[in-house]
Amino acid sequence: MNLSDRLLLSGDEAVALAARHSGVALMTGYPGTPSTEILETFVELGGKGQWAPNEKVALEVAIGASFGTARTMVTMKHVGLNVAADPLFTAAYAEVAGALVVVSADDPGMASSQNEQDNRHYAVAAGVPMLEPADSQEAYEYTRLAIEISERWLIPVLLRLTTRVCHAKTIVDAPDSRPELSEPSYTPEIARRVMIPANARPAHRRLRGKLAEMARWNEDVGPNLEIAGDRSLGIICSGVSYMHAREAAPDASFYKVGMTYPLPLAAIARFAKSVDRCVVIEEGDPWMVDAIRASGTAVQGKSPMYRFGELNVSRVRRILSHDESQEPVPPRGKPPELCPGCPHRSVYAALKNLGCIVQGDIGCYSLGALPPYEAMETLVCMGAAIGMGLGLRHVLPSEEARRVVSVIGDSTFVHSGITGLVEMVYNPPPDGHVVLILDNGTTAMTGMQEHPGTGRTIDHKRTGKLVIEDLVRAVGIQRVHVIDPARDPQGFQDLVAECLASRELAVIIARRPCVLAAGKIKQLEKCLEQE
Amino acid sequence: MSKSNGSQSSVKNIVFAGLGGQGVLKASDIAATAALLAGFDVKKSELHGMSQRGGSVTSDVRYGDLVRSPMVPSGEADILVVIAPDQIEVNRWQLREDGLLIEPSLIDLDALTNKKSLNVALLGVLSASSSIAKEHWTQAIREHLAEKLHEANFAAFDLGRTAAQREQRQ
Repeated sequence: MNLSDRLLLSGDEAVALAARHSGVALMTGYPGTPSTEILETFVELGGKGQWAPNEKVALEVAIGASFGTARTMVTMKHVGLNVAADPLFTAAYAEVAGALVVVSADDPGMASSQNEQDNRHYAVAAGVPMLEPADSQEAYEYTRLAIEISERWLIPVLLRLTTRVCHAKTIVDAPDSRPELSEPSYTPEIARRVMIPANARPAHRRLRGKLAEMARWNEDVGPNLEIAGDRSLGIICSGVSYMHAREAAPDASFYKVGMTYPLPLAAIARFAKSVDRCVVIEEGDPWMVDAIRASGTAVQGKSPMYRFGELNVSRVRRILSHDESQEPVPPRGKPPELCPGCPHRSVYAALKNLGCIVQGDIGCYSLGALPPYEAMETLVCMGAAIGMGLGLRHVLPSEEARRVVSVIGDSTFVHSGITGLVEMVYNPPPDGHVVLILDNGTTAMTGMQEHPGTGRTIDHKRTGKLVIEDLVRAVGIQRVHVIDPARDPQGFQDLVAECLASRELAVIIARRPCVLAAGKIKQLEKCLEQE
Repeated sequence: MSKSNGSQSSVKNIVFAGLGGQGVLKASDIAATAALLAGFDVKKSELHGMSQRGGSVTSDVRYGDLVRSPMVPSGEADILVVIAPDQIEVNRWQLREDGLLIEPSLIDLDALTNKKSLNVALLGVLSASSSIAKEHWTQAIREHLAEKLHEANFAAFDLGRTAAQREQRQ
């Protein structure tokens, strides 16, 4: 083999390469581990890609581009699909024109997430086909296949990845064969795209018809692999679990499902009958095992203890041998912490001194919940800090309510904090509220991505800038302060105290660039000024 | 995908460990590329995100004729390369019983022109116990580091490689 044909790529990079090779005209998304590098790599490879304020907007932009016959993809982490679920469910009814592939990067084991939800349920709930690659080669191939399926059945396709597919590097053979695509164009299809009840009722029937057709296609020629081995043990699996299982039980027979919704249930039934013992090995929820059992095929699943966390070779061995003994707990490593010089440090020092009840959000500043500060007391989802702070303010006795503050980062505020602020103006708590927007000028936690508040695009070009203080004032907040929390820590603390005492609605924008990004931001701005 | 059985006794399992910012992921990238250049099947796995804010970081590299799982099975690392001394004990469980521990004390830090090249110096130690030819290591370093860093890192690599070879002779 010519070595130059072999690329060592992460699953994320392989998806981006496949998107380029397939002529994807627009890729959108919001950063989120482990999905972030897909969109970044796509842009590095010369593709047109853009960060959206959040996943819902990203998907809506992609739906529009698809209605214009362009091939599109949207990338997000698993929890991002919760935000984008609204457009997804109805896009499944409204026929797309150009391919629309939605990438959900799940994080079983929660290496960097607030939950380990299993987004395979979304394929069933929304009624969209789902592909699950096991390594980077399949990530490449299934991306291209997802595009074909989307255009054949005019339906969004869910490409479900997991951390160990996204961030594992494996060898990829990727022949560049770009298709000839015509210029995007628009043809109105009112009955098929205006989802008023009169149109949505037949659309739902059409969707179920498509899924039935896709199920037959998946049975006959879907991307599923049967490996005839020892008939005493048969394993049904998908995604990276296949790799763990194949290593744990090299002699077993395998049925590896590549397109996991709609499942090829007849082929699975035949396989299960052909072996003495049939076990479903899957990470996360007992999703495939339940579906197979519901179809009338008897298979074994895993003990509930293996629902938690990632699978690996050792855990698959345990599942296969019915080992339910306590698993060894590896020693705890050093937890992450706020960087030396991080501007969030001064914020948490002040809030701790003031005895604040801090409602938190998602980003680097989530580390304020850990030592040495242990100041941030809640974290639920993107943007929740503001709503949760308001809720507490509404119900707590006045002397406690007055200590409640909400902290939210700049990128998170743009993502889904704005509506929380509108709520604050519309339903103000009796003692007011104080929101701190921790503006470090970047989406730091996911690796320093641009966002609307930086005024720079994904590839660091000048674009329209969302000025957070202007927006906050326009919403109707009277007390708006912009301050560097690290330059004068005492002044910052006094300002927070003053806002709390005012019993009015206040927003403090604590602005100082992320210590890791500051040098680069300065350099970028200098280059942009010279242009 | 190969139809042969999944046996992979020839697979070499290496775990890299250290703290965020020490070049754990860079070292594992270089090792994986060196294995690729040497013609092996190779897989590399790591965890991004929270761990990069100064916390513990580990990365698995596996190479051989055929590699399935991208993760080194628990307690089955042939080699454990640790860049931060305080991360040795928390990661020792990953090493198999007669496995090889490669730690910073093997390197004379004063002999490093750039202290940040410790990760590459430890790759030099690792290279002495691997079947990957030196030219592939050199090429992999070239691919993963900016040109201005090449000389310092080649020197660091040689420092580690020589130290390991001296140890092996003793």
